[in-house]
Amino acid sequence: MKRHTISVLVENHPGVLARIAGLFSGRGFNIESLSVGETEDPTASRMTVVVRGDDVILEQITKQLNKIVDVIKVSDITKEKFIERELVLIKVHTEGKSRSEILQIVDIFRARIVDVAPKTVTIEATGTEDKVQALVNMLRPFGIREMARTGCVALTRATK
Amino acid sequence: MKRMSGAEILVESLCKEGVDTIFGIPGGVVLGIFDALFDSPIRVVLTRHEQAAAHAADGYARASGRVGVCMSTSGPGATNLVTGIATAYMDSIPIVALTGQVGTPAIGSDAFQEADITGITRPITKHNYLVKDVRNLARVIKEAFHIASTGRPGPVVVDLPKDVTVEETEFKYPRTVELRGYKPKYEGHPGQIKRAAERIAKAERPVIYAGGGVISSDAARELREFARKTQVPVTLTLLGLGGFPASDPLFMGMLGMHGTKCANSAVSDCDLLIAIGARFDDRITGKVDKFAPGAGIIHIDIDPSAISKNVAVDIPIVGDVKNILSKLTPLVKKCKTSKWLKQIDAWKKEFPTSYDKKAKTIKPQYVIEQIHDASKGKAIIATEVGQNQMWAAQFYKLDDPRRFLSSGGLGTMGYGFPAAIGAQVACPDKLVFDIAGDGSIQMNIQELATVVRLNLPVKIAILNNRFLGMVRQWQKMFYNGRYSSSCLADNPDFAKVAEAFGAKGIKVTKKRDVRPAIDEAIKTPGPVVLDFMVDREENVMPMVPAGAAINQMIMEA
Repeated sequence: MKRHTISVLVENHPGVLARIAGLFSGRGFNIESLSVGETEDPTASRMTVVVRGDDVILEQITKQLNKIVDVIKVSDITKEKFIERELVLIKVHTEGKSRSEILQIVDIFRARIVDVAPKTVTIEATGTEDKVQALVNMLRPFGIREMARTGCVALTRATK
Repeated sequence: MKRMSGAEILVESLCKEGVDTIFGIPGGVVLGIFDALFDSPIRVVLTRHEQAAAHAADGYARASGRVGVCMSTSGPGATNLVTGIATAYMDSIPIVALTGQVGTPAIGSDAFQEADITGITRPITKHNYLVKDVRNLARVIKEAFHIASTGRPGPVVVDLPKDVTVEETEFKYPRTVELRGYKPKYEGHPGQIKRAAERIAKAERPVIYAGGGVISSDAARELREFARKTQVPVTLTLLGLGGFPASDPLFMGMLGMHGTKCANSAVSDCDLLIAIGARFDDRITGKVDKFAPGAGIIHIDIDPSAISKNVAVDIPIVGDVKNILSKLTPLVKKCKTSKWLKQIDAWKKEFPTSYDKKAKTIKPQYVIEQIHDASKGKAIIATEVGQNQMWAAQFYKLDDPRRFLSSGGLGTMGYGFPAAIGAQVACPDKLVFDIAGDGSIQMNIQELATVVRLNLPVKIAILNNRFLGMVRQWQKMFYNGRYSSSCLADNPDFAKVAEAFGAKGIKVTKKRDVRPAIDEAIKTPGPVVLDFMVDREENVMPMVPAGAAINQMIMEA
């Protein structure tokens, strides 16, 4: 089952998120991640939904999304060239030597330390879902205390 | 400009939409609205349960083609509408449901009679609104009627907090709607229409399978012209009945679980299936991968998401059925179907849908044939759900659209009687029958008070077998005849119940009394309950067992 990133432009109304989330649960589609935020036009929001499914399921997902009155535009941007980013905050346990190892990893991933405490550091990183996952995997052995991920946001690349 | 209260704006807006009737029940937070309705030209039909108000609005819409309107108070009033809204949603029926809501400051505080009805109805409405500012009210009403009645029709809920109906603002009804996310396609792609015409020209064993979309787009005439010109045989879904004349030689009857052997065999053997305003429901397809296995499929539907949802389609045409058929018909010629039509006639003769006509007991099918004969096939027939519904579909042969009102998608018992009320209000001069079962009628029997109050001449024919008949049939066939919770031998005497409400009640126990009772009911100017004590264990036949291919029919139980 292929991973698809769907960009959904919606009216910036209360209840729209519930409509989209309800459609996915009611029709048995699985959401891998969903993120929402305002666009350049304050009356519209963009939802980036990452789903897995075959072509038939994807066709139904886009058609069903299009049926929602508050949905302005649906595009499966996986079919195009696009940029995808996720932000993650990771609070990692550190003691003694491990701190310098963690700092090296942060460096390699071009991540940043945003908070330091005697026994933890908090790391901020952005990147594709794969990169974020790789960083998480590297940090896991040190002991991840807490983590928050935004889910992907994405835009298509500009055409020439 | 004159300032008006939200309640007055609502009533004015409804008048602008041409609403002549609202079905509903007043209550706490909608008292202001009912007060404004008191002096308005809009007729309020008081039902005795909100569920009936929603079904009546639905029956009104199906019989007339106009948007049906129902109203309730907040909380339990609104939740009682839910089954009716879901029924309309599944069958794509345009209704607007207006619900009261607690005042905006109290929303979310678990106030008295508060329910989050926009949350509850989100998956069973085409769209819904919570109006938080009186200045948006007129626009919302305009949009609600637009959304309900255009594209693939459906129910829209408008939730009206108490304070919004009290506050005042200037009233200006918008002329147009601007919804950037809602632009239904009507035209149909010309290239696809041309491809369809070319494919039809090559077909040797084509079948037209048409559904409720033919009714909702008022395309019965266009379908008739298309089928007669091409000489392609036609089968209809339950919701499509009346969309093509049952008396036409090209008609094969209904298809699907209780369809005719002819229609199911034709669909199974066809080389081209032309699906028109239908959605390949599981009651139609049976086992999906055995459905029309050798056929190319053309699918005309206004809802893009109906295309290739259950069955892969070769030539989809998205748009309004009426528009597309009127563009397609000039492009097609008579198909070479004479051999195919001979085969179809042979199936019709060999496997008619029938019953034991010589039986001394009252067969339910006999009752329906007699109602058909007495009403000359011109009555509006509402049905409940179960055996009564299937026998009505099989034996009340209709030539005209908007005369068969039945809950197809949701299968709502208790639908028929209130739907018949809505139809009778919409069409006061027509004869309206509710074909009921003894189980179903008890799910909204309180509405006898409504028909008596308004002296609506609805005729209720109860096919009384003292069972939840379809449940019993399945228990007999698939659960070793163990009648778990399906026997209703302790039913009340329905004729006496009718009399108690002030309606006429006639109990019929002998076959020879069936027709005189029907004639008497039709002659009676008011509501009548006909209680036919029918053969208790009659089964609906033929039948496709669940999960089987549709040509694998059980012909006799």
